[in-house]
Amino acid sequence: MIRLSVPLRQALSRLTLPVMLVLSLGAVLVGRADQGLADRLRGALDDVLAPAYALVTAPVTALEHGSGVIGQLFSLEAQNQQLRAENAKLLQWQSVAMALEAQNDALKTALNYIPTPTPEFFTAHVVADLGGVYARSVLVSLPPGLAQSGTNLVGAIAMDGRGVAGRVVEAGDRSARVLLITDLNSRIPVALGAHGLPALMAGTNGADPALLYWAPGKPPAEGDVVLTSAEGGAFPPGLPVGVVHYDAQNDPVVLPLADIDGLRLVRLFCYPSNQPVLAPEHETPKTSAKSHRRH
Amino acid sequence: MARRASVRRDMNIWRRLDMASRYIWPAALTVFGLLIIGVPLGLPGLAALRPAYVMACVYFWSLYRPSSLPAPVVALTGLLLDLLGMSPLGMWAVLLLLLQGATLLARRRLISFSFLQNWLAFSGLAAVVSLLAWALQSLLDLQALPLLPLGVQIFVAIGVYPLLAWMFIKAHRGAAAVELA
Repeated sequence: MIRLSVPLRQALSRLTLPVMLVLSLGAVLVGRADQGLADRLRGALDDVLAPAYALVTAPVTALEHGSGVIGQLFSLEAQNQQLRAENAKLLQWQSVAMALEAQNDALKTALNYIPTPTPEFFTAHVVADLGGVYARSVLVSLPPGLAQSGTNLVGAIAMDGRGVAGRVVEAGDRSARVLLITDLNSRIPVALGAHGLPALMAGTNGADPALLYWAPGKPPAEGDVVLTSAEGGAFPPGLPVGVVHYDAQNDPVVLPLADIDGLRLVRLFCYPSNQPVLAPEHETPKTSAKSHRRH
Repeated sequence: MARRASVRRDMNIWRRLDMASRYIWPAALTVFGLLIIGVPLGLPGLAALRPAYVMACVYFWSLYRPSSLPAPVVALTGLLLDLLGMSPLGMWAVLLLLLQGATLLARRRLISFSFLQNWLAFSGLAAVVSLLAWALQSLLDLQALPLLPLGVQIFVAIGVYPLLAWMFIKAHRGAAAVELA
């Protein structure tokens, strides 16, 4: 250790804080100048943290049967009854669905319909609920060997069992970050109701994203189903997102189908980038996930 | 400090290890707690708890054990918070250092305060830092961010401080007390 005189050491210790402050301000400037730097650092950190988080999260998930909050353990009986009732109802719907599927197939054959390519998908565990006060994101751990297969996960769509939960904004070797649809920077083109009226679903940081820019004179109706739209080319059409609801201020919001606060398992769908564009032609270039998220 | 202690007592390797572990206790607890808050328990307000927790750590340890939480550690904690929380890189590093600076400047007065007065002082500082965070992030994002999460964050910070302080005081007198080694 270098021996320094006492006054010099005191002066040095007094200088540490201002020096670190200047360095931090420098980091802010560098982060502003090079937007990718923070993303790369975050990706590297996520890759290091994801296995550790997976280790800690696994017993938690096991404890709560992989769904929702630990408190649900106490309402098992009620849930059981609800599930039985739902099951009975779903069995009725199943026969309806099968009839409709047969009809659909017949109609498709008559129309010489070309099916859309099926996407690759991976199941990923949500290992950490990261995000700040103004950002909603979760960290998922990827199955090993995914990075070697050369799949580009950035832009992949994350869905839980019910609906769209978010999009992958950063992907490393072992982990990926999913920006949730409730995030302030999330903007998703959607189609409303049976007629597929176009609108934009914007995250508000709250539980329910807002609906913006619907067609004038055709306001969204309460209870309309909200599906993704291929408008802009960022999303494939027809994925379930949520249901329209008018909040206390009489503004239309979307109640997400996905259990955004209790995500445990998500499926990441990698849609091929050369999918046929089903929406009307647009001049605007395809938006990537990176530009989707404004900094 | 080590040299002074050696005058009084014999320094063997175990005692050195003990002292070192006690010395790094506050910094380790700060970083470890920050990471633990990310475990998805389905509890609401985890996102607001993360900065609140770090602010409480920086305030408390800067006040009672400043040598155990030096400025570089604070800056690194801030960077970690930025990377975890998707806020602009370096923003929380700056804010936490400002918080530490303010605490150290007022240390002589603060240290004579009662617990309630300290709580009040922390509440004020946390509110100012949270407001600065909101303003900085709004500026860097070029949009006025909603005020509700700011309110939640301040509320969480004020609410969580007594609990954290109770734990920290125990640690301050026990596991983190270098002089007990």
